[in-house]
Amino acid sequence: MLDYVKLPILGLIAVGAAIAANYGLDLAYKIHAIIIMLVAGGLFLWQLRRTGEPAIPVPAGEYMDGPVKAAAIATVFWGVTGFLVGVVIAFQLAFPVLNFEWAQPYLNFGRLRPLHTSAVIFAFGGNALIAAVFYIGQRTCAVRQWGGNLSWFVFWGYQLFIVLAATGYVLGSTQGQEYAEPEWYVDLWLTIVWVAFLLTYLGTIMTRKEPHIYVANWFLLSFIVTVALLHLVNNMSIPVSIWGSRSVQVFSGVQNAMTQWWYGHNAVGFFLTAGFLGMMYYFVPKQAERPVYSYKLSIIHFWALIFLYIWAGPHHLHYTALPDWASTLGMVFSVVLWMPSWGGMINGLMTLQGAWDKLRTDPILRMMVTSLAFYGMSTFEGPMMSIRAVNSLSHYTDWTIGHVHSGALGWNGLVTFGMLYYLFPKLWNRKALYSMRAVSWHFWLATVGIVLYASSMWVTGIMEGLMWREVDAQGFLVNSFADTVDAKLPMYVVRGLGGVLFLSGALIMAWNLWMTVRKGEAIADTHSAVPAE
Amino acid sequence: MQDYTFLRELSGSIGTVFLVLSFFGFVLFAFRPGSRRIHEDSAEIPFRHDDKPAPDLSASAARTEEASQ
Repeated sequence: MLDYVKLPILGLIAVGAAIAANYGLDLAYKIHAIIIMLVAGGLFLWQLRRTGEPAIPVPAGEYMDGPVKAAAIATVFWGVTGFLVGVVIAFQLAFPVLNFEWAQPYLNFGRLRPLHTSAVIFAFGGNALIAAVFYIGQRTCAVRQWGGNLSWFVFWGYQLFIVLAATGYVLGSTQGQEYAEPEWYVDLWLTIVWVAFLLTYLGTIMTRKEPHIYVANWFLLSFIVTVALLHLVNNMSIPVSIWGSRSVQVFSGVQNAMTQWWYGHNAVGFFLTAGFLGMMYYFVPKQAERPVYSYKLSIIHFWALIFLYIWAGPHHLHYTALPDWASTLGMVFSVVLWMPSWGGMINGLMTLQGAWDKLRTDPILRMMVTSLAFYGMSTFEGPMMSIRAVNSLSHYTDWTIGHVHSGALGWNGLVTFGMLYYLFPKLWNRKALYSMRAVSWHFWLATVGIVLYASSMWVTGIMEGLMWREVDAQGFLVNSFADTVDAKLPMYVVRGLGGVLFLSGALIMAWNLWMTVRKGEAIADTHSAVPAE
Repeated sequence: MQDYTFLRELSGSIGTVFLVLSFFGFVLFAFRPGSRRIHEDSAEIPFRHDDKPAPDLSASAARTEEASQ
C-alpha cells in the first residue's frame, strides 16, 4: 500500500523540481533543482519496477548490516576526497598561482575551503558516525535495527545532503556561517534526514534486549540530539525567494556571532568529540579484547563533558563586541573541560592495562591508542588557547588551524581508520585484513603527516602572531600584513607535504580495504549454525 | 523582552543551581553502593551478541539471572 503513496509523491517532487529549475534565480539553485529532479525521477522508476512485487521477508534474527557497509564505504570515499581537496587548498595557499584563472571563481581557495571542511567533517566524519551508530547500536542493544528501510533512507538522504552542499559551495551558494554554510533548502532536507536518523536510533534503543544501555550509546545519542538542536537554532533564516538559494539570517550582529560560535564549538564538542567518543568506547575495548578500564569513569566522563561543553563557544569571540563576562564564561568552562577530556583519554588508554604488548603486534590498536594521545594533546592545547592572554597571540593565526588539524586528523581521523580496519573484515566476513604491513605503513604515513602539519602550523602561527603585534620605539607597527604572508611560505610547503603524507596513507587504506573484500580469505559461513549465546 | 528577562533571571539563579546539583547527583549516583557489580556487567556488553541479536527477552533475562547468581 505504501508503494502506491510513494509513487505520486516522488512524481510530484520530480515535477516540482523541474519547475524550480525553470524559475530558479541563481545557478546553484537551478543545478540543485536538476539534481533533485533526477534523483526523484530515478527513484520513481525504481519504485515503479518494484511495485506489486512480493515483499522480501526480513531475515529475523540477524543484524541489518547493509547500511553499515554502505556508510563504511562512503566514509573511505569521502575521506579520500576531502583529504585531496585539503592538499589542493594547502598548496593554493603556498602558491597562489594554483588559483587557476580559467577555473575562476569555481575552484579558488575561498570556495574550495568550505568544500574541504564540510567534506572531512560532515561527509567523512558523518558517514563514519552513521556507520558507528548503526553498528554499535545494534550490537550493544542486541536487537535488529529499528525501522527497516528507514536506515537506508538515512544513508542515501545524507549522501544527497553532501552532494547538494558540496556543489553549492563550488557554485557560490553559502549563508556564510562557518561549518553551517549550506543554504535554507539544504538545511531543511538535512533536518528531515536527521529526524529519521534519530528515530531509527531511538527505536533500536527502545526495543533493546540488553537491559542496560551501554555507555557508547549515551555519547552517540547526545551527538544526534545536540546536533539537531544546534542545526535548528543556527540555521534560522528567511529565504529571499522560494526560487532562489539566498537567505537572510534572523540574528544579526553580535547575537549572530554568539549563536554561530555556540553552534561552531558544539559541532566540535558533540559531532567530533561526543560522537567519536562513542566510537572509542566500543571499538577500543573490542580491538583490545578487554572491557573499558572503568565504567564509572566513563559515566562521569559523559556527564561532565555534556554539562561543560555547551558553554565553551564564547572563547571564539575574545576581544570582540561580545561582553567580557560572556567570553570569560566561555574561557572558564573551556579550561574546566580539560578534566573530563583527560579522564576520557585515561579511561581509553588504561583499557589496554595488561595488554600493552598488543601494541607491538597490532597496528590497528596502535592507531586507536595514538588517536587517544592526539585527543589528549588537542584537548590540552584547546583550553590553553581559550585563555584570553594566549588567545590574543593565537587568534586569527595558523596556530588555530594547526590545533584543529591535530584534533581532526589525529583524533577523529585515526580513530575512524581504526574503526574501518575493524569493521571491513567483520562486515564482509573475512578472516583478517589483506595486509597488516599496509596498515603499519598507513599508521606511520598518517602520524608523520600530522606531526609535520601541526609543528609547521605552530611555528608559522606563533611567528605571525608575534609579527602582527611587533611595534617600534615610536609605537608604529613594524610589519605589514604582506610581510607575514611572505615569511610563511616555507611552513606552508611543509604543511602541504604533511597533507600529502596523510592522503597517501588514506589511499593505502582504501586499497587495503578493497583487497580485503575482493581477495581476503572468507570465514566459513557460521551465521545459521552457531547459537547466539 | 519580557521572555528574555525571565529566561535570563532563571538561568542566573535557580537554573544554575539546579544544573550543578543534578550534575553532582548523577556523579554520586554512579558511586551508589552495589554499583560496582552492575558496572562490571555493563562493561561486558560489547562482548555479547557480536554476530546475532538476542533471540528474545526471556533468554536475556535468563542470562542476567545467571550472572547474579
